[in-house]
Amino acid sequence: MKKPDLEKQDAGKVVLQELTDSPSKKNHEKKSLWMSIRIPILAIVTGLVFGAILIGVTSETVYAAFGTSFLSGIREFFREIATAYTALAQGSIGNPAKMIAALQSGNALAIREAFNPFLESLVQSTPYIFAGLAVALGFRAGLFNIGVEGQLFIGAACATYVGYAVTGLPAYIHMPLAFLAGALGGAVWGFVPGILKATTGGHEVINTIMMNWIAFRFTEWLLSGPMNRPGAGGMPISPLIQPSAEIPQFFQAPIRFNLGFFIALFVAWLVWWLLFKTTWGLNLRLVGTNPRAAKYAGLSVVSTTVIAMVLSGSLAGMAGANQILALNHSMALGLSSGYGFDSIALALLGNNHPLGVILASILFGTLRNGATKMMVVSQIPIDIISIVQAFIVMFVAAPAIIRAIYRLRKPEKEEATAIFLSGWGGGK
Amino acid sequence: MTTTTATTTAIIHKTITETSPVKRIIYGIIELVLAAVILFVFALTVPAENVTRFVMTPGGITVGVASDWILPTQLTLYVLVAICIVLAAFQIIKGFGKATNLILGLIAVFLIFSFLTWQASGKSLNLAGMLSSAVLLSVPITLGAYSGVLCERSGVINIAIEGMMLMGSMVGALVGSVTHSALIGLLAAVLSAVLLAAVHAILSIKYKINQVISGTVINIFSTGMTSFISQKFLQTHQALNSPPIFPRIPIPGLSEIPVLGPIFFNTNLFVYLMFIILIILQIALFSTRWGLRVRSVGEHPKAADTLGINVIKTRYMSVLLGGVVAGIGGAFFTLGNVGRFDEEMTAGKGFIGLAAMLFGNYSPLGSTAAGLLFGFADSLGSKLSLLGSAIPPQFMAMAPYLLTMIVLAGFIGRGHVPAADGEPYEKE
Repeated sequence: MKKPDLEKQDAGKVVLQELTDSPSKKNHEKKSLWMSIRIPILAIVTGLVFGAILIGVTSETVYAAFGTSFLSGIREFFREIATAYTALAQGSIGNPAKMIAALQSGNALAIREAFNPFLESLVQSTPYIFAGLAVALGFRAGLFNIGVEGQLFIGAACATYVGYAVTGLPAYIHMPLAFLAGALGGAVWGFVPGILKATTGGHEVINTIMMNWIAFRFTEWLLSGPMNRPGAGGMPISPLIQPSAEIPQFFQAPIRFNLGFFIALFVAWLVWWLLFKTTWGLNLRLVGTNPRAAKYAGLSVVSTTVIAMVLSGSLAGMAGANQILALNHSMALGLSSGYGFDSIALALLGNNHPLGVILASILFGTLRNGATKMMVVSQIPIDIISIVQAFIVMFVAAPAIIRAIYRLRKPEKEEATAIFLSGWGGGK
Repeated sequence: MTTTTATTTAIIHKTITETSPVKRIIYGIIELVLAAVILFVFALTVPAENVTRFVMTPGGITVGVASDWILPTQLTLYVLVAICIVLAAFQIIKGFGKATNLILGLIAVFLIFSFLTWQASGKSLNLAGMLSSAVLLSVPITLGAYSGVLCERSGVINIAIEGMMLMGSMVGALVGSVTHSALIGLLAAVLSAVLLAAVHAILSIKYKINQVISGTVINIFSTGMTSFISQKFLQTHQALNSPPIFPRIPIPGLSEIPVLGPIFFNTNLFVYLMFIILIILQIALFSTRWGLRVRSVGEHPKAADTLGINVIKTRYMSVLLGGVVAGIGGAFFTLGNVGRFDEEMTAGKGFIGLAAMLFGNYSPLGSTAAGLLFGFADSLGSKLSLLGSAIPPQFMAMAPYLLTMIVLAGFIGRGHVPAADGEPYEKE
């Protein structure tokens, strides 16, 4: 950021290198994979470094150590970071020593417990996959769905309602039904901004933000009114869902690993297939990258926009349904730890590709899971993860910053995240 | 959007702004319906002998005391119905021309007043207290809207108002507590919001990243950072979270006016600041050379550049000023009212501010009117739950969002949007 004329310097260097070393061109093929993932990887690393610095500078023991001597202060600074990040790794992936001991003992229970941190990370990443796919699908159609959080709440409310109000169904019908109810709820919440965008040009960013807040107030009313648990004493909480509506967990408590993760993977595959293997997906991507060309090619921008928003909303609704049916089994207001906003980061980090979204989601789920242990060990608030995430999104969205930090050359052609954005009023 | 939608919206827009006989009659019919609501829902359902008592002095006020209004409920409602019918009849026959919207607004005010008279029939309601709290509640909304006006008039979309205000409120509380000075706290709050605005400006103007993503980054960062600091320091050390608050400042003379005095002239510093900024901003934007430059940069940056206006500098300036205003709005939460920072205490007020900006058609005056309206909806919601009304307060809280979506869709006439809003400027 400090060097405004870096771009110019770089341009000079590029020309010079093009002239002097020709073998770099031969390596081009080999480099291309690294070229495409280097920005996300470096963004993650840099984000974690920023997080580490924050941990160091906000630690009271570090300042106490600086009081005795400068060297011990520095030592304490790094010790504090190492302790915190070790806890983060052990909390999210597991303790290797414990894992090996458990495997050697052959005790099934011990093995499960040793691997639970890793399984729990997958549990935590499940809502991220659904929510990230929702945003990615929208981006592919040139739509910025910032309303995932609201769609998630409505989806959760619908799934909860079907989960407790419908009784007497076998599990293989009741569970999918409740899950689809969640998807439907999210779809309705996505349809409104979609149809408004397509017919009146009202910008989906504003409309989805407004729909978010309507959803929060609406679920607040639902949970304290019509959907309130009898005898909750004024607490805004819903009744427990029927056991037949629960998404099955594979192991006994406290291991929460469940079918939801595999449903998420299947849905991700479905989205990939839709986007890249069907004509409809091709049309959607064309509308997303060049709406004018799509229109001249005879595609219906209106219906594509509406369907894309509906699908995006339904994916967000699934995230909410998953949380209720697999984990919470009843709905309360603290349902989401900001999945809706984090999902924008996921889509960007995963380059709007379902596989990328899965990887990014597992990363975020892992971080969030590990942060719980880090909080216990080092008293570092879990919110550090949000800060790290904010840095990661910033770096992914502005690769120029990463290139400036690491002195990377600018690639000849860069696939820009093409998201069209015009004024709020739209209609132009 | 597409050309067809553009022309249709243009046509709709035209028919709405020009007074056509059809529009005249539709407005008249809407007004008649509102009159019928007052008559059938309110007037005819009250016992004839009931009276409504409106207390006209906010609690705890000793100057500018006004005597209570004691109104015979049914008679008052009949009078309001009669006025509405006369106005509606005139609207249908002759039309009010330019004042059409004003008259519709007036009838809406009558409707709300009738509703209150009906709700409080046989009881007493502190109307002045309600209005006074509406003004207070509108402060962060309106200041947030000003921040939006400054940024978006220059062509930079700002959805980071919420994040800037949240950061301002936390920093205000922290610095105010440490220095034992509300004023230094306010300055620090402004500084912190300006820093975030600078990040937004650099990301969106220099690095040209999508401005909605840049705003989202700031929102995620602020939520994480404020919660982190709150948990790490503010909750463990109470001394760090007990800032002094700005006292009520009565303006000599003016504060003694009955009803209006206590509401507008014997109140918080932030209310005065809100109106002072309104005057400065309205004049600066529309009657000074600086304002013309800002608006031209937001409308047609290329033309502005050709005329020698520094587009980049003007945009930086506007976004930073937007940060100043948002910082004051943030400080209101901790230094103006509560005297303590709670996690996520802005609770979406920044987004309502964004809504108020759109509702107020990107003008300071309109934003203030919208802010006061939304503040009133807020205060009405909390009052209604106290009166034991059947309408849940959550529904009142939804009103601002719904109104904004309706305005955005162009159902009651779309205003003008800065043409280059959201588009990074690329100098050739």
